[in-house]
Amino acid sequence: MAADQAKVDPMKQFAIEAIGGTQGWEIAGFNIAFTNSAMWMLITTVVLFVFVLGGMKRELVPGRWQMMVETFTGFIDNMLEANIGKEGRKYVPYVFSLFMFILIANLIGLLPLGLVGIHPFTFTSHFTVTGVLAIISFSIVLIVGFWKHGLHFFSLFVPHGTPLPMVPVIAPIEFISFMVRPFSLALRLFVAMMAGHVLLKVLSSFVIDGTNAGAGFGALVGLPSFLLMIGISALEILVAGIQAYVFALLTSLYINDAEHLH
Amino acid sequence: MEVEAAKLVGAGLAAIGAGMAAIGVGNVFGSFLESALRNPGAADGQQGRLFIGFAAAELLGLLAFVVAMILIFVA
Repeated sequence: MAADQAKVDPMKQFAIEAIGGTQGWEIAGFNIAFTNSAMWMLITTVVLFVFVLGGMKRELVPGRWQMMVETFTGFIDNMLEANIGKEGRKYVPYVFSLFMFILIANLIGLLPLGLVGIHPFTFTSHFTVTGVLAIISFSIVLIVGFWKHGLHFFSLFVPHGTPLPMVPVIAPIEFISFMVRPFSLALRLFVAMMAGHVLLKVLSSFVIDGTNAGAGFGALVGLPSFLLMIGISALEILVAGIQAYVFALLTSLYINDAEHLH
Repeated sequence: MEVEAAKLVGAGLAAIGAGMAAIGVGNVFGSFLESALRNPGAADGQQGRLFIGFAAAELLGLLAFVVAMILIFVA
């Protein structure tokens, strides 16, 4: 493997480790040990819970905290109403939880807690986690679609006004583009988060190796790389927000398809 | 050519895809800004479409990254 020569292994940050060993966690042949991934999911959930709880005092004149929570719920509410319409209101709890969970997970993974010896684990950089989130979104689309429209839901694959001779061509393409949705949804978030973290670690290896090679290399390679790292970190905060937003936005678009067909 | 070398060359070639996606993403935001400056009143209503276009263009660049990672670490 090519990456073995580098002193900083950019893939080590994604390693899943069981906290407290894997002994005695066997259920039906599967090991369900409590991992660092599960721990950071738990932390994210607790942070989200505390964040929303602080804004649920229902004061007539909202304080700062309530204002902050209401900004986020209002943002999701507006997005769903713009994309789905009045029926979209009932999906606010799900899309809000999804958006905030991904956003908080992305941001917690970027925290510089390594300085005090705790290494944050970005679980959204794992396809298993984002895949499950995407499957939840996709099954909501399927359930709502078949519940509301029955077998008429399949007319999703034949857009309005398609000429009859074109139907055998259009329908398979629409079917494939429909079935690819959960994969593209999951892949986008997972790769965007992983790519950013790998890039940061590769740049950090430039800084460390460059500085170890001598003061001249440190000034020539290490310093510019370090400045670039600061810039990339700022970009990563932007990407963390955008990816959470895109995930929620695409989920709302897919739910719109299920609610209204084409 | 050795298999290991071919893998690395392939992973490097996949970086072209990332660059192409950069052109695409730049195009999306550039066109949006251009039209938003012509008609600022309509700009806010189109932000959802802006990010859909961004997501579609970005996905293909990310796929190029996945191809590179598979070539280096999996294949």
